[in-house]
Amino acid sequence: MEATIPLLKVDSVGIRFGGLKAVSDVNVELFPGELVGLIGPNGAGKTTFFNLLTGVYVPTEGTIALNGENLNKQQPYKITRKGISRTFQNIRLFSELSVIDNVKVAYHSLAKHGIPSSIFRLPGHFSGEKEMDGKALEFLRIFNLDHFKDEKAKNLPYGQQRRLEIARALAANPKLLLLDEPAAGMNPHETKELMNLIAFIRKEFNLTVLLIEHDMSLVMGVCERIYVLDHGQLIAHGKPDEIRNDPKVIEAYLGEEVS
Amino acid sequence: MTTLKNSKGFWLSIVLALIFFGIMQYTISNGILNPFYINTLMFIGINIMLATSLHLIIGITGQFSIGHAGFLAVGAYASAVMTMKLELPFIIAVLTGGVIAAVAGMVIGIPSLRLKGDYLAIATLGFGEIVRIVLLNIEYVGGASGMQVSHLTTWPWVFACVMITVLVIRNFTNSTHGRACISVREDETAADAMGINTTYYKVAAFVIGAFFAGIAGSLYAHNFYIIQPSNFGFLKSFDILIFVVLGGLGSLSGSVLAAILLTIVTTFLQDYPETRMIIYSLVLILMMIFRPQGLMGTKEITSLFTHKKTKGGPKDGSHNTVA
Repeated sequence: MEATIPLLKVDSVGIRFGGLKAVSDVNVELFPGELVGLIGPNGAGKTTFFNLLTGVYVPTEGTIALNGENLNKQQPYKITRKGISRTFQNIRLFSELSVIDNVKVAYHSLAKHGIPSSIFRLPGHFSGEKEMDGKALEFLRIFNLDHFKDEKAKNLPYGQQRRLEIARALAANPKLLLLDEPAAGMNPHETKELMNLIAFIRKEFNLTVLLIEHDMSLVMGVCERIYVLDHGQLIAHGKPDEIRNDPKVIEAYLGEEVS
Repeated sequence: MTTLKNSKGFWLSIVLALIFFGIMQYTISNGILNPFYINTLMFIGINIMLATSLHLIIGITGQFSIGHAGFLAVGAYASAVMTMKLELPFIIAVLTGGVIAAVAGMVIGIPSLRLKGDYLAIATLGFGEIVRIVLLNIEYVGGASGMQVSHLTTWPWVFACVMITVLVIRNFTNSTHGRACISVREDETAADAMGINTTYYKVAAFVIGAFFAGIAGSLYAHNFYIIQPSNFGFLKSFDILIFVVLGGLGSLSGSVLAAILLTIVTTFLQDYPETRMIIYSLVLILMMIFRPQGLMGTKEITSLFTHKKTKGGPKDGSHNTVA
């Protein structure tokens, strides 16, 4: 594994909001095809770290590189087009758009027909839209959402909304997929199904996945490597077994032992 | 499948519009319709163009702009200069009015679209006022006393421009570009995260919207005999905003419908300017209480021709989501 070049290289990245250091000196390397977990107690800076990776926040220190290309100060939509796509902790679907249109929006950056082509309904518009329809439906089938395709996204049950968000992220054609608590609010059965799905799409689309999750047992079960974040700093990193027995991790999760 | 169903409603609307055009053209050319009604008809057309162009900016892209009369003024004055000062043909004047308004849309769009919500509203309001005051101080276009414009706007002109406006905005909306704009309206952060260049689409919506407002301005100027900066004040922007809100934010046919209804109401209330504003306000208040989503909500009139069949999926609103 050490021989391959990392897909994502995060080099001593940090961000401060005023005097508050939300994340500092984080080093992460992700290799192609890996499924890696990012865990930590509430407020540890996990979502902030995702926001740094996707360009929502600009890091005040350090560099983030995808395939050797520096992503610092790139706008979020450009980072997505370069191959990092994400879901959100609190679902952010386009709620008034239909299920299929949600996926089509993510496919937009790959569309070849321009505004004039659509306004004047040139042949490019029809072939482009047809291609999008087909692609979007493919993604919906994988996630078993194709029966709901004309339904408004906001009318879907909660679990389906989570799946739709992943389908949408996948349609943006990422190399690296960031999932922010994808199983939040799901029952154990749904969670298991979701995990199988993630394993499936990872193989099918040749993805690297970075997963934020609260459920320790779940992360331990599926992830090959785990990073642990606490108070904005990486406190541990390694295989699930190593993490499970790491005293620092236990301390962060359960609190310091009273002596 | 859905496109086929939608296109049925679409072609039906086109045919109905053409029949309406034919009837009106016949009654106008035979002198059956008196000038008062003809004028109302023209105003309805111009207001439809204004309403639908603002609908693209507010209803589709979600950018709350209240300076639309600014674009109308730019179009009106630019086209009036073309025909009256440079003595160019009307068609060139109309196009120039649109293009210059579009340029204005881009110029104010790029810096002000960094603003959001209330701040954007204030900036666009400022733009509208700046246009009015600049025009007020340019002697070349007559200053406060305004500019004489010859009557060149005819019913076929208005009808053609309305059709083009509505079609272009419909085609734009029902495409990947329209979806990109709607995604900006729904959730800008998520749109950005899905690879949508949000600034580009916000500016695009402003440019297209301003272009058609400019065209409307050209027709407005050449229908009115005289244009004055006071015609394009804040209240005018507000009138256009009301069409869009009343019609239902996000519904193209709603904007059209509201433009028609309110133009008729205002025309018949013209003799009582004081009551007009009271009735207007009352209509708005009642609307917000009893139908806050507007006349059409987000639905389109073409969807009334086709009854929706959903297979297996939950019906609208019948399923409450957990959490």
